[in-house]
Amino acid sequence: MSRHRIVRTMDYNDEYDGYDDVYGHSVDDDHCISPTDAQQWLYDRERGRQSISAFISKNKDIKEEGEHDEDDEDEAYEKARRDSESFQMPELDEMEQAKLSSCVDEVRSVVGDAVSERRIVETSMKFDYDIQKILDEILNEETKKSAKPALRPKVPVPIAATTVKSASKPTPPAKISLKEPRRGFEIASPKLPSSPVVSGRNTPVDVGGDNDLSRTSASVFKVSKDQAQRNAQQLYEKERSDQKSHIHMIVIGHVDAGKSTLMGHLLYDTGNVSQRVMHKHEQESKKLGKQSFMYAWVLDETGEERARGITMDVGQSRIETKTKIVTLLDAPGHKDFIPNMISGATQADVALLVVDATRGEFESGFELGGQTREHAILVRSLGVNQLGVVINKLDTVGWSQERFTEIVTKLRSFLKQAGFKESDVSFTPCSGLTGENLTKKAQEAALTSWYSGRPLLDVIENFKIPERALDRPLRMSVSDIYKGTGSGFCISGRVETGVMCVNDKVLVGASREQAQVKSLTMDEFPQTSVFAGDQIAVTLAGVDINNITVGCIISDPQTPIPVTTRFQARIIVFSVKVPITMGFPVLLHHQSLIEPAVVCKLTASIHKSTGEVVKKKPRCLGSNSCALVELETSRPICIERYADFKELGRIMLRVAGVTIAAGMVTKIR
Amino acid sequence: MKLLGKYVDKGMQGNVTLMPEESEDMWHAYNLIAEGDSVRSTTIRKVQNETATGSSTSSRVRTTLTIAVETIDFDTQACVLRLKGRNIEENPYVKMGAYHTLDLELNRKFELRKPEWDTIALERIEMACDPTQSADVAAVVMQEGLAHVCLITASMTLVRSKIEVSIPRKRKGSVQQHEKGLAKFYEQVMQSILRHVNFDVVKCVLIASPGFVRDQFHDYMFQQAVKMDYKLLLDNKSKFMLVHASSGFKHSLKEVLQDPAVVAKMSDTKAAGEVKALEQFYMMLQCEPAKAFYGKKHVLRAAESQAIEMLLISDNLFRCQDVNLRKEYVTLVESVRDAGGEVKIFSSMHISGEQLAQLTGVAALLRFPMPELEDSDDDDDEDGAAGGDDSDSD
Repeated sequence: MSRHRIVRTMDYNDEYDGYDDVYGHSVDDDHCISPTDAQQWLYDRERGRQSISAFISKNKDIKEEGEHDEDDEDEAYEKARRDSESFQMPELDEMEQAKLSSCVDEVRSVVGDAVSERRIVETSMKFDYDIQKILDEILNEETKKSAKPALRPKVPVPIAATTVKSASKPTPPAKISLKEPRRGFEIASPKLPSSPVVSGRNTPVDVGGDNDLSRTSASVFKVSKDQAQRNAQQLYEKERSDQKSHIHMIVIGHVDAGKSTLMGHLLYDTGNVSQRVMHKHEQESKKLGKQSFMYAWVLDETGEERARGITMDVGQSRIETKTKIVTLLDAPGHKDFIPNMISGATQADVALLVVDATRGEFESGFELGGQTREHAILVRSLGVNQLGVVINKLDTVGWSQERFTEIVTKLRSFLKQAGFKESDVSFTPCSGLTGENLTKKAQEAALTSWYSGRPLLDVIENFKIPERALDRPLRMSVSDIYKGTGSGFCISGRVETGVMCVNDKVLVGASREQAQVKSLTMDEFPQTSVFAGDQIAVTLAGVDINNITVGCIISDPQTPIPVTTRFQARIIVFSVKVPITMGFPVLLHHQSLIEPAVVCKLTASIHKSTGEVVKKKPRCLGSNSCALVELETSRPICIERYADFKELGRIMLRVAGVTIAAGMVTKIR
Repeated sequence: MKLLGKYVDKGMQGNVTLMPEESEDMWHAYNLIAEGDSVRSTTIRKVQNETATGSSTSSRVRTTLTIAVETIDFDTQACVLRLKGRNIEENPYVKMGAYHTLDLELNRKFELRKPEWDTIALERIEMACDPTQSADVAAVVMQEGLAHVCLITASMTLVRSKIEVSIPRKRKGSVQQHEKGLAKFYEQVMQSILRHVNFDVVKCVLIASPGFVRDQFHDYMFQQAVKMDYKLLLDNKSKFMLVHASSGFKHSLKEVLQDPAVVAKMSDTKAAGEVKALEQFYMMLQCEPAKAFYGKKHVLRAAESQAIEMLLISDNLFRCQDVNLRKEYVTLVESVRDAGGEVKIFSSMHISGEQLAQLTGVAALLRFPMPELEDSDDDDDEDGAAGGDDSDSD
């Protein structure tokens, strides 16, 4: 028909339906919006409808977590145990599950991460959750294994299915990489713990069938042979054995506790700030009539921060001690900037809690809803377990010992409650402004009369370096995106696990876009490879700047990070004003990512210490409870299970400027 | 909305003639019209005529059609309501049973006939025709790098634009990038305000943010306004109001609407009232869990014993297709009213309504505690599971 139309004489007005002309211009046209944005704006009647019916009539036959068929169990278990890395817990009923998980935790606390989860679970089942016996068995096994040649003990024992791959390609035994068998598992594993990818803003890589993706990931994302067979441990030893070890330290505390001043003074005393710059700060701060801020200005660089005299974003700088290179992260103390503080704290290994000793100030920071408490709990929930407490401004109370001990006793009991081990917490008196007891031993007579301990710098020096997960697949969280000096743009962040080298191929964010590493810099010095725990800047090629957002994760192409909009987490609820119910909107903090999310299901409330299920499907969660919940985000995010990647499995929930819960991801769907 | 005629008989059958006057009325119409109703309105139809020789001409005619509604589409951004259905009345241009899509237009009346009018629908008409209800407020919730420009009307919260800019962090020696990024972001937000906020209608513009972002932005905006001579902004400077919010995400609008200064200014608007009611519910759940319930099953049971003091119900429950289900909710509302309780119908287009919809869509504050509700349903979990409205945490 259309072939015979007389196109030339056609009256377009008639053919035109008129709609696009008149309607559908909801937003201005030249301002293009992405489908996800549009979806957010458009009211979809069907969506609402579905949700009602879902509440009312359907959903009856959805299986609950605990339900299972006895018959299927053995079979499913057998299947699941074939892959160790993506090992799934055998399906057990609630009681067993609780017993098992507490058992696993117990064992983990003794043996650490060296033993695979599968082994622990199997052993636990074998000995019917008798911790003593399980530990015996596992430790015996371990010692046997460690008697064998080097490099092996840390890896979970490879399994037949995957060794085929390494066997077919003979490599000298010393070169068998730590990563390889592991990767093999992922590829061979029937199901990667990830959900279908809902298209992000841009989805250049076709990730349609997710199961396909995980199975064929090796072929979809090709990497160089070099990258595939890298030996992280060896590389690390080669590159870093002659260097001091790195540690990241975040400085936290109530607003105006003197965090920035303390850090500024420390930097000055260690010779990291030149005399000339300091003099400039002194003059300028004098002009504003705020001379006491001269040290804080070392870290507070924006005009806004200086004018207001508070830190707003995390300031970063580094000092070198005798044995360590310490990256200082100066967190803002003000309540409104806690999101910034969280993103800083996710990068930290250890923390320094600064409290103001001035009468009234300590109390307001600690007792009357101040940030001392919240910060301490936050960093603990974010996995920091070594804490140095600095009792600052002690000169204002005449270096009084009573005041010092009073504060120490109060803090000690609180920190114990918060979950810090007593041996990992130290208390140091000092003054950030005068510089007493910072780098050198205390000189002030009033202080030396009762204090003979270490100065602050030694405390920092004495922090233990946490173990870095070098042999895991690469994960890096993006905390900042900016224009570099040369071409292209830089993203900076922290390498959580694994190794990254120049020319590596990596996947970026939830869209899993492929990019190539062009250059790596650490503290302004170019590097050829960076390792877990490093704070780095990367220049990427092959990816658009608009497709990277703060908080997205860069991952290894061979074992890409799961992408999901819905996951289950075990949360601990702090003291909340209103209880958490289903449908509760929260802000989800994960690494540097802040994403709105909804608590869509309260699966069970569990006992805080034993982990037993107290109540299935509770109506609401009150203060200081512990529960399993499901969270749903509007946009897909990259997240890992806590069991797989500790660093990437921690989350924080905040509402209206208050942290209401912390948790860890237990299941991704 | 203007009510031009209402003929509803004792059997609750009948028709109503309405004329939408502003975009908000479309939302009301959307809530009124259900599938199976018939709507009569004037529309444009393209008519094709075939002459004797076989050549065809097409012409557009304006005609009045009556259709039996089959599908309803609502575009929240443009506030356009589109009804699709079969023609059920003789017409010179359109055959009986032919499909047509009606676009309801502003200032053109339409006639709505329902097989049965219920109280909810009649109430909706009353509400839509109440001129005092209208209070337009624009709100900008922002944080560094993220801003939502929203319009809050009596029964809708519309996100007019969402601005997301990645602002480089401050770093050693290069603060300029941070400040440049910030300026770019503020510029975008300001442009968006200029474009989307109609200062003739809007009573006040709330600027909410954590920290000092709002002050910084406010300063920037008026500096620019002076520099670029934006009369519109300068004339309306007094309408801007700075409020605290914890983040730049949409749901922090809730905090904004709870702010005492804002409450004082827009006290009796529906949006603020809804936020307050939901807050009350949560407070009750915290203090006396046996006096606050949610989920259809619990609420129905509480209604049976005439215990409900305040019923919170989301209007999306009344929009459902299932006639019987709708009827159930209507009877629930009526029974609560009969027992002297208060009923608050939340608009699902508001932030609080969204949250209520997530919370099964129906919640109730009781007059007296009914702990037996909490305990009773471990045995009959079946339908409770769908709504999640069962057992308590203790």
